[in-house]
Amino acid sequence: MKFRGKIIDVACLNHFTRVVTTISKLTKTCVLRLTPDNLFFILSGKVTNGGVGMWCELLQNNFFDEYQMEGVSSEFNQICLEVSPENLSRALRTVQCAKSVKIKLTKKHCACLTVAAELPTLSSASRVVTHDVPVEVIPRRLWQEFKEPVMPDFDVSIYLPPLKMLKNVVDRMKNLSNFLVIEANLNGEMNLKIQTDLVSVSTHFKDLGNPPWGEDASQDGGPSQRGDPELLAEATVDIRKLQQFLVGQQVNPTKAMCSKSNTLKLTMKIKCSAGGSWTH
Amino acid sequence: MCRDGRKRESAGQSRPLSVQDRRRAVRGASGRRAGPAVCELLSFGVRFLPVRAALLQQVRVLFFPVFPSGSVNITLTMQKGDQNATFLCRYSIPRGLNFRCKLAIKSVQTVFRSLATLEKTVEKCHIGLDEQKDRLTFTLHCKHGLLKTHNLSYQDSESLEAVFDKDSCANVFRAQPRVLVDTVVHFPTSLEEVTLTLSDERMWVRNHVEDEAERSKAVLTELCLAADEFDHFDIKLHNSITFCLKEFRGLLLFAESTGLPVTMYLDEPGSPVVLSVTDSVLEGNFVLATLSDDHYLRQSNRGADAEQTRPPDDFMNDDMDAYLIAMDSSVAPGPSTADPPSLAAFRKPPAPNYRTRTYSEEEEDGEEDPERPPDKKFRSLFFGSVLPPSPRRSSQPFTTQEVLASDSEEDEAEAD
Repeated sequence: MKFRGKIIDVACLNHFTRVVTTISKLTKTCVLRLTPDNLFFILSGKVTNGGVGMWCELLQNNFFDEYQMEGVSSEFNQICLEVSPENLSRALRTVQCAKSVKIKLTKKHCACLTVAAELPTLSSASRVVTHDVPVEVIPRRLWQEFKEPVMPDFDVSIYLPPLKMLKNVVDRMKNLSNFLVIEANLNGEMNLKIQTDLVSVSTHFKDLGNPPWGEDASQDGGPSQRGDPELLAEATVDIRKLQQFLVGQQVNPTKAMCSKSNTLKLTMKIKCSAGGSWTH
Repeated sequence: MCRDGRKRESAGQSRPLSVQDRRRAVRGASGRRAGPAVCELLSFGVRFLPVRAALLQQVRVLFFPVFPSGSVNITLTMQKGDQNATFLCRYSIPRGLNFRCKLAIKSVQTVFRSLATLEKTVEKCHIGLDEQKDRLTFTLHCKHGLLKTHNLSYQDSESLEAVFDKDSCANVFRAQPRVLVDTVVHFPTSLEEVTLTLSDERMWVRNHVEDEAERSKAVLTELCLAADEFDHFDIKLHNSITFCLKEFRGLLLFAESTGLPVTMYLDEPGSPVVLSVTDSVLEGNFVLATLSDDHYLRQSNRGADAEQTRPPDDFMNDDMDAYLIAMDSSVAPGPSTADPPSLAAFRKPPAPNYRTRTYSEEEEDGEEDPERPPDKKFRSLFFGSVLPPSPRRSSQPFTTQEVLASDSEEDEAEAD
């Protein structure tokens, strides 16, 4: 098993760091899955009664100038590691001004992801800082837990309003109630509602737009959206989980969509300009 | 000592009011983690001792020694960022009086509590000593004839000294504070201790992990500095020294605010390290305790990952790392640098300048396991003053004063 990647571009480093930092706000540990073309940060969803799962896919080409990996075997050319995103994020944040950053899989006292950065200095030799982030290699027999989640059959899929605006609304609502009802229809309308004994508050969004099916590469062109465009599909979510998701967002998405299926799953998908996409 | 007290007037330089700066000095002296820090009135100056304080970054105090009789003008210069303010103090001290007392710095802080109010209303601050009642009186002369008097009780203080000798230290280096600040920024703020490993041409800085259990979970960070990043780098003994990073950070903040290079004197593990900040008018010595040798021995016997004096530098090696990596050590090239400067730790008269030095005592906690290293607390920061030659003073005789550090008598309960 080998892995070695090098980031030279400052903007790429910055973007990568922000992605990792966003993840660190969502979970304490997650799985990093490495394939020849992609990196995935995965939190296997225990999606029962308000649990949260996460799937983040990054194209390695968009971040790394050099990227080499060799998986467990040629047949299973992947590496799965359990890592604390907080540690990784901290290591990356201190080296934002580096000339280059190498991330590699090493074995020190245990298996580690080593972040090695070359820092600019006034003198002739450049300063080297290394952070050894301990990781745990996940054996192949557990890999099926970390497959890409299948996008379920949707009732409604809608683009979200700007996340900052959404966050503000949800923040205010959190003070009043623990559960939030999200309604959306195929006409680009979305409502956020809370209801308590004393008060009910609802916020309405219009003209949001609905993503057409077949546009997203990771979907296998599922069933077409059907039904009355005015019909509102509704889902109740725990506000705190939603807020946690929104608070962590540091990457600026180009598109964020929310899909509700009749199997009580709410999926938020964020597509970022650098070719990463999230499913939450 | 100071019967008439000290009167302080604003010199009206770049700042309008000086009381706020006095307060800032006091506040800066205690810092966030101040324990029972003391404000000592000595026969020749005020000393703020931030025992266990992390930050003294805003105060740069210049002291001029006071004559046994007569009055002398004292100048306090406070520096905050790039702002400077100078105040004039007038001392009046009867001959032969030698007084030392101890005050909790938080009490002094309450006198100067609200900066905004002080700025608007206070014109003058008068400090007087009432020996009969064991009180120090702070009188704020405010506008409209208002007088606010604060009576603070003091305690007698003893002084303890610990001896260190910078000249006998095997390893010395000097760096601009920026270099050191850029180094410590890579370590998490919660990190307690850091290890410096020294060789002829390089210095490695690593986080120190105490437990074996922590090792498997903690991020190990290592930074390597080359000798040419330092103004001076003279290493005679290749070893590893571990000391408290938190205190070190605080000291670096101070050094950065003064812009002065920091000189570090290191010796064997277990001997204190001394950080020295010097310029023409002041010399500050900061003494930190280090982990002793037997601690290292115990650690290396325990773990498979023994301390290495030459940690590997495999970054430059571009080959892919195999899962089982072989550690390789790098060879440090190049000749070593020039001779170390000789700093007199203590100069006796009749030189017109004199320097004093800090003493600190490592706290011996009787309850602790005797094998454990001493508690690494930074005890006191003392600024000695150096007299500039002045026609007014040159005719007067100078006596060197031996300055002793504050005692270690601190109530643990009060510590932050």
